[in-house]
Parts: sequence; C-alpha cells; structure tokens
Amino acid sequence: MVLNETDQRLIAAIQDGLPLVSRPYAALGEQLGMEENEVVERISAMQRRGIIRRFGVVVRHRQLGFTANAMVVWDIPDSRIDQVAGRLSGQPCVSLCYQRPRRPPDWPYNLFCMIHGRSRDSVLASLEQMVNRLELEQFPHEVLFSGRCFKQRGGHYC
Amino acid sequence: MDAIDRAIVNHLQGGFPICHRPYAAVASELGIGESELLQRLERMLERNQLSRFGPMYDAARMGGGLTLCAMALPEKEFDRVAEMVNAYPEVAHNYAREHWLNMWFVLATETPQRIGEVIADIERETGYPVYNMPKKEEFFVGLRFQL
Repeated sequence: MVLNETDQRLIAAIQDGLPLVSRPYAALGEQLGMEENEVVERISAMQRRGIIRRFGVVVRHRQLGFTANAMVVWDIPDSRIDQVAGRLSGQPCVSLCYQRPRRPPDWPYNLFCMIHGRSRDSVLASLEQMVNRLELEQFPHEVLFSGRCFKQRGGHYC
Repeated sequence: MDAIDRAIVNHLQGGFPICHRPYAAVASELGIGESELLQRLERMLERNQLSRFGPMYDAARMGGGLTLCAMALPEKEFDRVAEMVNAYPEVAHNYAREHWLNMWFVLATETPQRIGEVIADIERETGYPVYNMPKKEEFFVGLRFQL
C-alpha cells in the first residue's frame, strides 16, 4: 500500500466531496483530529505524487446537456499507435484517449477515445471532420454510443 | 443554470486551490462573493448538476486496481444481469452501449489482484464472459465540459 493510514482516513473523509464551508480544510481537520495545516500539506503532497489527479468539480454531463457520449475504438498497427494517439489527443472533441489490449478474434481494437457532445449528430460530425483532417480513414474503427447509464460513482478516470 | 453558474463550473473543472480559504480565492477570481459561490455550489449539487466536488484519484498510484470491462448480453437478459453487476461495490460506473458488446463498466478495486477475483465472480454469477480491457497506455485525459 502506497498510502499511510492517515492519508487513507483523509481520503475517506473527502470521498463524498469537500465540505462547502469557508475553511473546508479546517473542517476536515476537526473531523479527523488534525490541524488545518496538516490537511493542506497532506492533500498537496498527494497531488504532487499524482495520487490525486485533479481537484475540482465533477459534472453530471448528461444533466447539463451533454447527452451524446461515444466511445470510438480503433485498430491501429502497434508501430503507429504513439503517433496516431498523439494526434487524436490534440483534438478539441477528444476527452480521453487510452491504449487497451486487443481481445482477438472478437475484438481487434486497441485504441479508445471518448467524444462527448450535445447530440449524436454533433458527435458524428466532429468525428468525421477529425477523420478527414488526420487522415484516419485507413484505420478500421467503430463508434459505440452510450444508452442508459446505470451507475455513476465518481472518483476515477477510466 | 445562469451565466455565473456556468462560469463557476467551467472554472472549477480546471482545479481548486489548496489554501486556507479556497472558496474565497475562487470567488474573487470570478468576481463574486464567497458566500454566493458556496450557495451556488450547494444548489448545483442539490439539483444533481454536479456529482461531487473534490478529488479525482489515480487508482494505480493509490495501490488499487482499475479496469474497463465489457459483456455481450442478450436483450432479454440485460436488465437482470445489469442488476447483478451493479450490486458489486467495485463497479464504479456502468453504461449500456449500442454494440454486440452492449454493457461496459469500470471496476475499481482496493488491490490489483482483486480485479481478477471480481471478474471471476461476475462470470460465475451471471454465466456470461467478461472482456477485461485495462489501460496499457494513457495518452490523454482532459475530461472537461465547456458550458
């Protein structure tokens, strides 16, 4: 385990969110029997170490009108994956881009990216523009639009 | 949501200060008062426009396991299996997608070994195979919504 017990208690205390009070770190400290400064230092340290990737709001994107969410999966030759992924990652419509293992024979795709939009048409239009601009027609790909969301518990990117 | 709410959300997706009075610092950057910021955040959370306000973690650096899984389910079995899968506390989110692989969920576990155990349990309980697709390389993470 990379985290000591105190850090774990702190993480558990902010699991559901930071207190909405003027001095939230003091409030956490009071709850945990810690000084405000120690809370600030521990959270800063976890951020520096990359344990906390980002601190801020997590939006319910569907509630806010971003109802179309497409996972676009690509079959890219391994030798070109860094180059193609690097180009996809610079595109404004792409929010996440990961390499994952192929699962042959059923699943040949090894590069995944997410495109969120206010409608399916707008997502497909962004994708088409991107495919043309980056000359991606040569790579087999599929678009998987999301239907129902059954569970959304924040905390991780995946 | 009015223009101020949108400005708050756009601003706070980019990060949050770690100082003694962080809300006051953010409020002054946005040109509003601290108490107004707190009230607006509270309201957006109540209305379910924000899911939470706090940290996003890196599961691997915390010592845990994280993976994306997919299953191919017959339409008539879908709801029943979804209920079984969602009952696992390790399932962080779960989406139906339009594809022969029609259920996609994220597993977040306390240890990397636990991923394999949970997948084996789900396969045993549901009778359907799980495609495990952990990330091999992360090229970009910039999940933000411009309102």
